[in-house]
Amino acid sequence: MTALPRQGDGFAGRADDVYESLIRAHQSLSDEESAALNARLVLILAHEVGDPEVLAQAIALARRSLRLDGAEPAQP
Amino acid sequence: MTSHPRFAHTPLPEAGRRRPVVVIGAGPVGLTCAIDLATRGVPVVVLDDDDTVATGSRAICWAKRTLEIWDRLGVGSRMVEKGVTWSVGRVFHGDQELYRFDLLPESGHRRPAFVNLQQYYVEEYLIARAADFPDLISLRWKHEVAGLTQSAEGVRLDVATPDGAYVLDAEWVLAADGARSPTRTRMGLPFPGQRFEERFLIADVRMKADFPTERLFWFEPTFHAGQSALLHRQPDDVFRIDFQLGPEADPDLERTPERVMPRVRAVVGEDTPVTLEWCSVYSFRCARLERFVHGRVVFVGDSAHVVSPFGARGGNGGIQDADNLCWKLALVLAGEAPESLIATYDEERGRGADENILNSSRTTNFMTPKTKAERHLRDGVLDLAAEAPFARALLNAGRLSRPCSLAGLSLQTPDPVPQAAGPRPGDPCVDAPVVDAAGQAGWLLDRLGGPFTLLVFAGPEAPDLGRLPGLVPGLRCVVVAGRPMTVPGAEVLRDAEGVAGLRYGAQPGSGPAYLIRPDAHVAARFAEVDAEQVAEALARASGRSGTAVQEAA
Repeated sequence: MTALPRQGDGFAGRADDVYESLIRAHQSLSDEESAALNARLVLILAHEVGDPEVLAQAIALARRSLRLDGAEPAQP
Repeated sequence: MTSHPRFAHTPLPEAGRRRPVVVIGAGPVGLTCAIDLATRGVPVVVLDDDDTVATGSRAICWAKRTLEIWDRLGVGSRMVEKGVTWSVGRVFHGDQELYRFDLLPESGHRRPAFVNLQQYYVEEYLIARAADFPDLISLRWKHEVAGLTQSAEGVRLDVATPDGAYVLDAEWVLAADGARSPTRTRMGLPFPGQRFEERFLIADVRMKADFPTERLFWFEPTFHAGQSALLHRQPDDVFRIDFQLGPEADPDLERTPERVMPRVRAVVGEDTPVTLEWCSVYSFRCARLERFVHGRVVFVGDSAHVVSPFGARGGNGGIQDADNLCWKLALVLAGEAPESLIATYDEERGRGADENILNSSRTTNFMTPKTKAERHLRDGVLDLAAEAPFARALLNAGRLSRPCSLAGLSLQTPDPVPQAAGPRPGDPCVDAPVVDAAGQAGWLLDRLGGPFTLLVFAGPEAPDLGRLPGLVPGLRCVVVAGRPMTVPGAEVLRDAEGVAGLRYGAQPGSGPAYLIRPDAHVAARFAEVDAEQVAEALARASGRSGTAVQEAA
């Protein structure tokens, strides 16, 4: 069985708190520092996820949503 | 433009004795206060420096809880009959629909999630309702407060009228004089908060159009170069369109019809006949007074706290202020509660204001990313939301007004043992269909609110209220039962559909009991009726015992 990214509300009703904490994490950082912070966050959260299958699907979703030229647009 | 009624200015009153309550400002909040107090037998003078209702539609989205409060005051039906009922919102990114949400997906409620109704209609209906209390409500047009001094006995107001000035003494003054509150300024009270630079244009237009009766919100709309747009239907074929303009927009230029109409045309098309009813360019701040109670002057509504319009938390928050304050004031004036009860208005509505400010600030931050990092996060949420449900939870196009829970605050009695089902102490009561003893179908909320009420869910046998009438004389009792029964000293409502029992966590065989506050929030709940426990909870909920909050004055 292939592992799936989390379904349902993984934020347990606290999505707005989560979003605010992400915004706050970037306060007073330059664009370069923000990008560096994001890279570190991705590494930490990838470790929290752990499962390479789930991570691969997350990466695929993220790439799809970028709508790069030549790539298929995200489908609902 | 819609023509509004003008009211004859009120002649100079004769000098009278000290008034129990004077309300400054005849807007939706001030008028709701006056009517609420009048229903409790408290005489009120309302002073307004103008002689008509609101110019322009201003506040238009009135939430379920507000409608329920107005039901209690006998004016809810008129608002709902005229208003446009809606519960669905849809969110778009460009021309792609990301998702739709339903704010009231279940039936069995008297009132919908929202009605849209122009503020001038709301004020007109409240003024008409106030006229039903000619002996209690004195509404004085063109009476402007020019001075305010406090003493141990109360507040002295200097009032200016077209016929000259007079002095008005009050035990309590409610400052309902709006976001720019002259009372707040007069008393030198700071109003700290966060100002947002972003400018928005509101255009209220009249047209025959087939937009659905839903809240439509666009991020990066195709018809408008700005960041977002919002559309609401109002009565009389009036639509509100709210355009985000950016921080650089020139307010004087942007409110000219030459600038407004092309923006409107881009939404509605070239062929739809459309006229501009009202428009306004605004920016806003989220701010609040540190304390809402200053001696005998109490701030309600926008004078106490302001928020962004996204979420409809300004007007609805203000009506909840009125709902929270007036029963307390009536008890204090009647000598049935200590003056310290008024401090719990500050405690409870302070929580409401903080909640509204938090939600409204977050929406604004989502709509106006200020750095590249914020912009990447916001755009990431928008792009992911079409495919990934989790991102829809992060997407913030407005967190619409919900009643504030007062759980854990001074007046509420905590559960002795935790209970999972039903509203918690502090939560607002939920509605449910019921049938009265005469067989008439009605609503549970119509039987709650007003005075303190003990709401008992009956098991198979009629509940024994025991020593309750002796220990707590005059406490209204409402019994909800699955079958017809008679309970001495109580009104019995039949839970014909079983919805009330379900919503209040009643189990077959035994029913819980709830002590309901006059504003229809739960003060305490009990596994079964115990007269001593009810009496204790009632004393605490009316400020006569329990954890006292710090004196606000």
